[in-house]
Amino acid sequence: MYAFEYHRPTSVKEAAGLAGTAEDIKFLAGGHTLLPTMKLRLAGPANLIDLSQIAELRGIERSGDTITIGAMMKHAEVANSAELKEAIPALAEMAELIGDPHVRNRGTIGGSIANNDPSADYPAACLALNVTIITNQRKIAADDFFQGIFTTALEEGEIITQVSFKAPSQAAYVKFRNPASRYALVGVFVAKHADGVRVAVTGAGSNGVFRAADMEQALNGNFAAEALNGVTVAESEMNSDMHADAAYRAHLVGVMARRAVQAATSRG
Amino acid sequence: MTATGIGAPVRRKEDQRFVTGQGRYVDDFNRPGQAHAYFLRSPHAHAAIRSIDTGLAMIMPGVIAVFTGDDLAADKIGGLICGWMIHSKDGSPMKAGPHPALAQGKVRYVGDHVAVVIAETLAQAKDAAEAIVVDYDVLPAVVDTAQATKAQVQVHDVSPDNTVFNWHLGNKDETEAAFARAKHVTKIDLVNNRLVPNPIEPRAAVGEYDFGTDNYTLYTTSQNPHVARLVLSAFIGVAPEHKLRVIAPDVGGGFGSKIFIYAEETVCVWAAKKVKRPVKWTSDRSEAFLSDAHGRDHVTHAEMATDETGKIIALRVHTTANLGAYLSTFSSSVPTYLYAPLLSGQYDIPAIYCEVDGVYTNTAPVDAYRGAGRPEATFVVERLVEKTARELGQNPAEFRRKNYITQFPHVTPVIMTYDTGDYAASLDKALEIADYKNFDSRKQESARRGKLRGIGFSSYIEACGIAPSQAVGSLGAGVGLWESAEVRVNPTGSVEVLTGSHSHGQGHETTFAQLVSDRLGISIDQVSIVHGDTDKVQFGMGTYGSRSGAVGMSAIAKAIDKVIAKGKKVAAHVLEASEGDIEFKDGQFGVAGTDRSMAFGEIALQAYIAHKFSGQDLEPGLKEGAFYDPTNFTFPAGVHICEVEIDPDTGVTKIERWTAVDDFGVIINPMIVEGQVHGGIAQGVGQALLEGAFYDESGQLITASFNDYCMPRAIDLPSFQVGMTVTPCPSNPLGIKGCGEAGAIAAPPAVINAITDALGHEDIAMPATPQAVWRAAQKARMPMAAE
Repeated sequence: MYAFEYHRPTSVKEAAGLAGTAEDIKFLAGGHTLLPTMKLRLAGPANLIDLSQIAELRGIERSGDTITIGAMMKHAEVANSAELKEAIPALAEMAELIGDPHVRNRGTIGGSIANNDPSADYPAACLALNVTIITNQRKIAADDFFQGIFTTALEEGEIITQVSFKAPSQAAYVKFRNPASRYALVGVFVAKHADGVRVAVTGAGSNGVFRAADMEQALNGNFAAEALNGVTVAESEMNSDMHADAAYRAHLVGVMARRAVQAATSRG
Repeated sequence: MTATGIGAPVRRKEDQRFVTGQGRYVDDFNRPGQAHAYFLRSPHAHAAIRSIDTGLAMIMPGVIAVFTGDDLAADKIGGLICGWMIHSKDGSPMKAGPHPALAQGKVRYVGDHVAVVIAETLAQAKDAAEAIVVDYDVLPAVVDTAQATKAQVQVHDVSPDNTVFNWHLGNKDETEAAFARAKHVTKIDLVNNRLVPNPIEPRAAVGEYDFGTDNYTLYTTSQNPHVARLVLSAFIGVAPEHKLRVIAPDVGGGFGSKIFIYAEETVCVWAAKKVKRPVKWTSDRSEAFLSDAHGRDHVTHAEMATDETGKIIALRVHTTANLGAYLSTFSSSVPTYLYAPLLSGQYDIPAIYCEVDGVYTNTAPVDAYRGAGRPEATFVVERLVEKTARELGQNPAEFRRKNYITQFPHVTPVIMTYDTGDYAASLDKALEIADYKNFDSRKQESARRGKLRGIGFSSYIEACGIAPSQAVGSLGAGVGLWESAEVRVNPTGSVEVLTGSHSHGQGHETTFAQLVSDRLGISIDQVSIVHGDTDKVQFGMGTYGSRSGAVGMSAIAKAIDKVIAKGKKVAAHVLEASEGDIEFKDGQFGVAGTDRSMAFGEIALQAYIAHKFSGQDLEPGLKEGAFYDPTNFTFPAGVHICEVEIDPDTGVTKIERWTAVDDFGVIINPMIVEGQVHGGIAQGVGQALLEGAFYDESGQLITASFNDYCMPRAIDLPSFQVGMTVTPCPSNPLGIKGCGEAGAIAAPPAVINAITDALGHEDIAMPATPQAVWRAAQKARMPMAAE
């Protein structure tokens, strides 16, 4: 790890101010990508702005069927939230599937979304739940936010404060883990909203998280696993690495999507 | 059996400190004035070094020194050695290229040592390493085992085609003749995947030099500190043997990778004198992946001949073994004398011929890893036996039984003399525990759920208790493989055992104490086991090859016998009886036919106060030593049965049942033995399903972290059903065969035989990852789709 200046602001305004004046900054949320990268000397920001002491970035609120989650809420807090378990059990279950207990008690929803790791789980949830990503500057629709591997609509110094969404009537997330890293080799989040079904896939796409339009269309007609029989994703758009080539990933997207629909429809 | 004697499941004495964080590992040692070493490693698999400019690094903050291979050469520090000479078929010695501790003119794998920075802090050393400018002339690399001799790349000048040796064992003519008359020949091509050892504690070293006494001390993560001292002094020449103390304190796992003498500890000892400061190096996990000696990496073609009655009549094997970029300490012995002599398995095979080509590549050195050669042999034999049985339409269990060796001693065509065993007994017990008779109904039940169920056998044998010194000497070993022990009885009757064995997870502090408790009739709390320090233990050969029970404890038993003999002499004086009338039983020295007796502790006190005998009649004190050299290898053997269920939609293989029935001879502590079996199976399952070290064509290790290199986890394993059969080993006084490697040897073929049984075809390689199994399952389905 290289030397850096450490800042610990207590408000979003203070954090944004630091980001505006300090050189070569990185925001620190849970740090599960940033800190290992820094330890390996692959990243060396001059200034690290720790967001953990900012109260306004925390909290889970439910107002009618609208859910709002603070950006610094940890995976374990999402997984264990009684409100979320009731309103959107699929999201609580998804959070419970992230990493291990150590990761879940450090990692945050905002950090995961801002990083947009191609095998992270939250980006799929955000797309499928059609969340609005709220920053200190604006509101961004999930469809506009995720722009490719490790790439988002966030501007330099922009801070995610909350995510907000309407709970779907039925939803589920199923993932196939990379045997080694336990990240999603393929993860599929399906959500049935009043205005249609959304199917989001993480881990598989060569350009990061994406919506499977053909699957959504099939499920709009019939929200049942068998509606996906014969519906595929394009192999040419899948990622390929030593753990899974494009053909296998494309196949797994189908299997995981069917299993996700099955889980969503079998939920009481 | 007493509560703490031989055969008792005594809880491990050492666990109190391990589970409460009080273990003391090399990295826990911080010496006054200590500086930190960081090694600049090659980013290239193969390159000539045109120049190394350390000027800028030298003036970086905190930097004490920067050294390169030139500095070692100027001090006449020798290269690292390979201690086992293998001769090729034509009689020529193996081609050992130079192995400098810091590169001289060339780097040969990613992670090779280019320079070392010694600085006040590790961070400063790393900063300075980044400032070293190395001008590389990057050369093409060879990484593929099978292609190594055909590549237009030369790793070492001594070997134009990258061949280290072309070695063979067995009888070629008899084997060819048997194949000529065979009724059936089964052929198989196998890859034994390369593995990274990954002990939980990475390697570490602290070197220290005392200018007042001219003494050197090395704290190191070693399985064999005396061998480390011998090699560092006699061959590498960093310090005279009598001036070098090597301490291997608590060591967190080795699996073979800490047998070897590496560049880092060599440099730490040498540099400590150069910079007049203790020098510490601790490997991080990334360095461990790159620079710990890897394991396995064989490519094999094998054929098995059977006659019209279904008896195996011959086996022929050709193996190419990747030895990496340099010959590590015992690397040459692993694919030769630790491999081919096991190719007879548990079977009566009249003719066997094996050729092994050892090759250099631009990859990390390959050396012994849990099982060392024997897992590779067992994989060949057990995959081939299974395939032969299937091709002949025979039940795989009964085909094995039909070919088992039943008469002992049995001399194999590959130089082994099996002393004892009852292979059918293990098979019967395993079939029963595995509920084999109901397998078909379980398979049908799986099929109803769309799943593929398979069952696989592994009837393994290993040669352990390594090893008779004369035998290994005749095969090229540079050392003898006996073990030593010293039993020191204190005046209060407590006992210290000094052993040349080294515990790095095996539980010696418990099992060795159990032996003493059993023999001397004292509590195990009265026994301390001392190991891992060359200033305390006079000499020893260390722990590997499942040798500490069979060889290390036999030395202790021999020393205990001497202690008892001396105790009888003391007792004769004290009890005023003739020595011939003194009996020792249940911790009491007694006079035969009387009720006069004294406890062991009382006699110990008498030995030291020496009031009842004159020094002319008997030396005071009670301390005896022994060297024990085995007369044969030991031959643990057993049957493992693996039952898997495959999800053809995802390719996920779930191990549903695991049955292990092992014959380890006499067992000292069944709980520890069972733990060894569990750990061994976990590592074997790791090799079969999860683990694989892969280099890309340019020689970059692409599985260089746990993100990509998959270690077995608890969730990957079922609850093991472990059974035992016992045929005591006749060649050592305790009847012990050894158990440390059995699981890792038995497991891989059991898993792959189960998967191929489920799939209905043989085309699957290790590691059988979900992707690989899914693809193989697609292939299995194709004929059905065509129907």
